[in-house]
Amino acid sequence: MEPILTGRGLVKRYGRVTALDHADFDLYPGEILAVIGDNGAGKSTLIKALCGAVVPDEGEIRLEGQPVHFTNPMQARDAGIETVYQTLAMSPALSIADNMFMGRELRKPGLMGKVFRQLDRPRMEAFARQKLSELGLMTIQNINQAVETLSGGQRQGVAVARAAAFGSKVVIMDEPTAALGVKESRRVLELILDVKKRGLPIILISHNMPHVFEVADRIHIHRLGKRLCVIDPKEYTMSDAVAFMTGAKTPEHVMA
Amino acid sequence: MSQPQEFEKVLTGSATTVAQFEEPKSGLKKLQHMLHGNPALVPLIVLVALVLFFGIAKGERFFSAYTLTLIMQQVAVVGILAAAQTLVVLTAGIDLAIGVIMVFSFVIMGNAVLSYGLPWPLAILAGFAMAGFWGFVNGFLVSRLKLPPFIVTLGTWNIVMAICLIYSANETMREADLTAITGALHIFGTPIKIGGAVITLGVLAMIGLYVALWYMLNYTAFGRHIYAVGDDSDAADLAGIRSNNILLKTYTLAGLIAGLAAWVSIGRNGSISPSTVTTDYNLQAITATVIGGISLFGGRGSILGVLFGTLIVGVMSMGLNMLNADPQWKVLLTGGLIIGAVAVDQWIRKVSG
Repeated sequence: MEPILTGRGLVKRYGRVTALDHADFDLYPGEILAVIGDNGAGKSTLIKALCGAVVPDEGEIRLEGQPVHFTNPMQARDAGIETVYQTLAMSPALSIADNMFMGRELRKPGLMGKVFRQLDRPRMEAFARQKLSELGLMTIQNINQAVETLSGGQRQGVAVARAAAFGSKVVIMDEPTAALGVKESRRVLELILDVKKRGLPIILISHNMPHVFEVADRIHIHRLGKRLCVIDPKEYTMSDAVAFMTGAKTPEHVMA
Repeated sequence: MSQPQEFEKVLTGSATTVAQFEEPKSGLKKLQHMLHGNPALVPLIVLVALVLFFGIAKGERFFSAYTLTLIMQQVAVVGILAAAQTLVVLTAGIDLAIGVIMVFSFVIMGNAVLSYGLPWPLAILAGFAMAGFWGFVNGFLVSRLKLPPFIVTLGTWNIVMAICLIYSANETMREADLTAITGALHIFGTPIKIGGAVITLGVLAMIGLYVALWYMLNYTAFGRHIYAVGDDSDAADLAGIRSNNILLKTYTLAGLIAGLAAWVSIGRNGSISPSTVTTDYNLQAITATVIGGISLFGGRGSILGVLFGTLIVGVMSMGLNMLNADPQWKVLLTGGLIIGAVAVDQWIRKVSG
């Protein structure tokens, strides 16, 4: 099977700091690939390179076999790669619906939409409400409330709902459960599996080993700016994974 | 497929209804939440209070349709500039050059008719083009070279002021000379009388502009993007907005609105004098914007509030005038209002903190 998203020899330097050192990356159709690694291992830079937020200095990224050169997140999004950022990328003063549709607003049909470019608020609000209900975020009372009035977990829920609703080829989630409660975390994990059932591959960056081992099909272990190995969670234990990523143990055989 | 951990099994019984809570009971809290949702309310309340105050103090004379519409005529130009300023401030920027761009624009309009003998539509177009050009220059420097808006517009303020004075040789163009050729430049001074009320086309232009911008900011994607960029431009970029392009468009649009202010200003003043380039129109526009409740940190406030803010300054000016107060009282009170407005803005923001 051909990988849907690949990276080869990716290099990114910030001044004298090397964040990516000839890193490789493979994501196969329909799988959940977890990316784990120590702080400063270069996970975030790798993910940013894949979603267009960072332009790598060297190396090649291919989406469905075609080389792609994203220079901003908009291009990656248009290509079907949707991302939940750790910073969530939301405008605090705007409403939930405004945030979910940021950059891809729906316009009213007919004259009002074409000539006066009027937004279709009711349709956007209904859609946002539906997506949040699917995620079980019932504690959100008003879809028009400003995002800044939501709790951290609720904000994360909105960001996850946004990515899940619009992703068409790849969904990237950077620490999607970090700020969530038990119930919401569970919902997000179920949502990840739901998205997978729809045939979309997911890249999951997480420090939460139980979550990673529960949902991931393969685990990409990143260390010192490159891919150390890829392991099958059924063949290795959590402590093995932690040992690999911290350098306590060296993997004997490396799975591609 | 998902295997819940032991402690998660009870989740099947969790509540599924939308959360409902009692509304805050304290009156002050209620007010804070209401103001958070409707930022234009504060200037509206202040405006109504001022009108009532002067109405009680001066009675019929102040409350007449004539006086109230005269205030509108007096604030039309600054009101239009404040609308342009609002767009820029919403992106967390500031436009110190907006006033001189307007003056340069009407000098171009007048000169095009008087010295170059161009037909009036071309003269107006030239004025708008010049205003739009300087707005574009500001936008380019802010969005592409990433220079701070304060510095950029401080620079263009001086540059445009100097160019305007050098180019015009500081010669005033008299109204009679202009109207002998065409009345079109003065069209916004045309009065419309309804009973005692006298409204000029310039006043209608200002109100029309506010309605159009209010619609744009609230009901179009571009308007929402202006708020998003001002709120957090990094987040807006990641969410898929080209904040650079939004900034460039916003500054250019502000320049074009200054062009409209130039045209309206000719109608209001009659003659065209380049020396008005030293007037602090930019600061007057910023004052109206701040009193109108637009946050200088960007992303917050309603443009309708700015219309009220403009009128507050106009009402205060007229009212104190009628009370024969020293004009410096107006300056003093304006200063107090600015600080008060920012204090209220900070208080409202705490609703989310």
